[in-house]
Amino acid sequence: MDILIQQLINGLVLGSVYALVALGYTMVYGILELINFAHGEVTMMGAMVAVAVMGMLMGAAPDLPGVWVALLGLLAAVSACMALGYVIERAAYRPLRQAPRLAPLITAIGISILLQNIAMMIWGKQYIPFPRILPEARHNILGASITDVQIAILGLTLVIMAGLVWLVNRTSLGRAMRAVAQSKSVAQLMGVDVNKVISATFLIGSGLGAVAGVMVSANYGQAHYYMGFLLGLKAFSAAVLGGIGNIAGAMLGGLLLGVIESLGAGYIGDLTGGFLGSQYQDVFAFAVLILVLVFRPSGLLGEKGVERA
Amino acid sequence: MALLEVSNISKVFGGLKALSDVSFTLGRGEIFGVIGPNGAGKTTLFNALTGLYTPDSGEIRLDGTHLFRRKPHEILKAGLARTFQNIRLFHDMSALENVMVGRHARTSSGVLGAVLRSARTRAEEADSRERGQALLSRVGIERHSQVLARHLAYGDQRRLEIARALATEPKLLALDEPAAGMNSTEKQSLRELLLSLRQDGLSLMLIEHDVKLVMGTCDRLMVLDYGEKIAEGLPVEIRANSKVIAAYLGAEVA
Amino acid sequence: MKMFRSRPWLGISLLVAALLVLPLVVDASLGRSWVRVFDFALLYVMLALGLNIVVGYAGLLDLGYIAFYAVGAYTWALLASPQFGLHLPFWAILPIGAGVAALFGILLGTPTLRLRGDYLAIVTLGFGEIIRIFLNNLNEPVNITNGPQGITLIDPASLGSFSLGQAHSVFGLELSAPHFYYYLFLLFACGVIFISLRLENSRIGRAWVAIREDEIAAAAMGINTRNIKLLAFAMGATFAGLAGGLFASFQGFVSPESFNLLESIMILCMIVLGGMGHIPGVILGAVLLTVLPEALRYVGDLQRVTLGRVLIDPADLRMLLFGLALVLMMLFRPAGLMPSIRRKREFSETGQP
Repeated sequence: MDILIQQLINGLVLGSVYALVALGYTMVYGILELINFAHGEVTMMGAMVAVAVMGMLMGAAPDLPGVWVALLGLLAAVSACMALGYVIERAAYRPLRQAPRLAPLITAIGISILLQNIAMMIWGKQYIPFPRILPEARHNILGASITDVQIAILGLTLVIMAGLVWLVNRTSLGRAMRAVAQSKSVAQLMGVDVNKVISATFLIGSGLGAVAGVMVSANYGQAHYYMGFLLGLKAFSAAVLGGIGNIAGAMLGGLLLGVIESLGAGYIGDLTGGFLGSQYQDVFAFAVLILVLVFRPSGLLGEKGVERA
Repeated sequence: MALLEVSNISKVFGGLKALSDVSFTLGRGEIFGVIGPNGAGKTTLFNALTGLYTPDSGEIRLDGTHLFRRKPHEILKAGLARTFQNIRLFHDMSALENVMVGRHARTSSGVLGAVLRSARTRAEEADSRERGQALLSRVGIERHSQVLARHLAYGDQRRLEIARALATEPKLLALDEPAAGMNSTEKQSLRELLLSLRQDGLSLMLIEHDVKLVMGTCDRLMVLDYGEKIAEGLPVEIRANSKVIAAYLGAEVA
Repeated sequence: MKMFRSRPWLGISLLVAALLVLPLVVDASLGRSWVRVFDFALLYVMLALGLNIVVGYAGLLDLGYIAFYAVGAYTWALLASPQFGLHLPFWAILPIGAGVAALFGILLGTPTLRLRGDYLAIVTLGFGEIIRIFLNNLNEPVNITNGPQGITLIDPASLGSFSLGQAHSVFGLELSAPHFYYYLFLLFACGVIFISLRLENSRIGRAWVAIREDEIAAAAMGINTRNIKLLAFAMGATFAGLAGGLFASFQGFVSPESFNLLESIMILCMIVLGGMGHIPGVILGAVLLTVLPEALRYVGDLQRVTLGRVLIDPADLRMLLFGLALVLMMLFRPAGLMPSIRRKREFSETGQP
């Protein structure tokens, strides 16, 4: 029972991160029908920038409280990633909007590799420790333990999700985004500046990715140039699980995938009689992805897509 | 016996009835027109018949073969070929290659035959090429056989689509607005082509907006409005049908 | 050029002669390690032509292609090494390896090929990772793959008692393993090129291109799109399985590390750079992207001489340049360095008649 609750908590924390990254995929896909392969790397860049900025701050202002250092690091990461997302869309995706589908997809893969290697050149191949500036107290819930960082992750995720739901449903930008997702040409006729909406989508998605990157590195205590790959892949799986293009779906899919992975890793040994161990944790996301795509391609919350001829 | 028998075919999109209980029959050697205002469900009907949409209910029989909910390639093989309203050619293939793709269902050589270039494969290829050329001549674009489909003039693209569909040796050819974007000379020669195809024993089903062309070419007509059949009969009967007039006037007012 | 066009056999004979003496010349001038580079170039030609069928012809973006290479390599490794004590002969393993890879292609393709193109990219990517994770971990409880250490002491290819893994004296020339493998790979690469050429202008090849251009129209024209796509997957996987087996015998050991995502991306790079769907372009891309990174090693030396230390590791520079190349090619030259005739026709014609 203790293990179950502990794995549930771990799963929800992990799932929060997946959900935030999944939102970036799902929003871009909803509007451009493009899998932004580089999104995982944008997330990684967020983690790297945050860790680097925090290191600098601690050197420059050793008296600054840890929480402030972390917040400033987060702020720097979010701004850097928003700028990055904006530039990627402008320079690499926009010129190819009319090209055959394969072209932007291949470009996205190229960007992804480019970012990975740029990060490696700047920060090296080693794991970079997340500075130990945040409180490390552990609290007990029903026999399972949860850290302050994990509580902060869960809380911040909730706030961000609520904010995003408000933005999409209650603001004029949100309305414009939904209109563009329905039909670019119609939205344009209605006076929506489609390019602006697409840019805004990349800005928001990249910002969310940055937050997720900082969260995941704070939780595991480290950042690495290659961390974006697997994270991105899993977050995409989460977006598909929830129904790609659907914002609530990405949130649900992310949390669900985190829990599935966590419980799966905890129990796979018992389930297979010891044949498979927790090293297969990473397989779950793909298994979920493939099962969803085969049996319910529209995802949990996605509408059954209208056939197009 | 009728060539095509369609009974009570329905298709719902997200609560909206795009087709409701449409039934009709099409005789051998007949040119059958489907008309109706925009959004009446004409193309949806074509898509449902040719397997691009899965109809929700109903029955479709072509020459006695059940086609309800069959895959597009199975329907084509049974003898129902089509063209598209928004021209769907293989743009980076030459005109001849496009028509040769149309031979796919009537040929059978596979990987091994292609790699070994067996006598049977070579004969089949030669035959496809020959028939392809003949069909390009038939529709009047033989001089463009090596031109990429995307570089053909609009009217020629429409003709190529017909040639490609003919290459599949259909019993029934369904044409979705074949005259769209054509000038009156082109329309005239299209009409002659359709009549000569019928002469050769082909049955045709035609969606068309050009009233003159439809009335002058079709033996019988069916009128759809909001996914329902509101009339069926000879061109003269349709012209005088009050429901049809109301549907068209309503559409114009709106 | 005219001389060759009127007498094609002259050109072909010259090309064959050049390819035959290439390893000897390279060995004498650049050194033996460069012969190995050309061995790998030939392996990549086979891989790239296989992926070209999947991506270039059928338009299915497969990002887990390297998994089929891995399957071929491990099949050979398991059937001809002390791991299970099996030492099957070369001519028996190769078809088994290619067949098993094709089977995996069909297994993966069956559930996924009805998906939209971009989903396919992600699923294949995930599949590639799954294969690698299993290779890494199937050393317990039953040791099948020997985990991250990989399988060593794999038998070299041999023809009768003539082992390609040892030096022999042939016609008075002292030749070593890289030489023999060069000729073996050349033979297989030519076979793969031949098959690709024959398929390109065939009923199947046209069906692949038709699906790439417009899947709905292809289905409406009587093409069983699912089967024809599966066939593309299986053909691509067969070539990869073949290359994988040859790789295992040449290298003498295999480990999961050789089969990561970056390898899949590199092969994709080769066909994008050369010209998707165009056989000579793909061959060019494969050779360029195998040989050029080796030349990058000199960039390291150059840095040492000019800057006194190696600022940027050439191996890292390689991936950076691959990424950059993918982006720039798509933006500025999407048809590749050597576009297919199809594309060339497009450029030379004066638009609408």
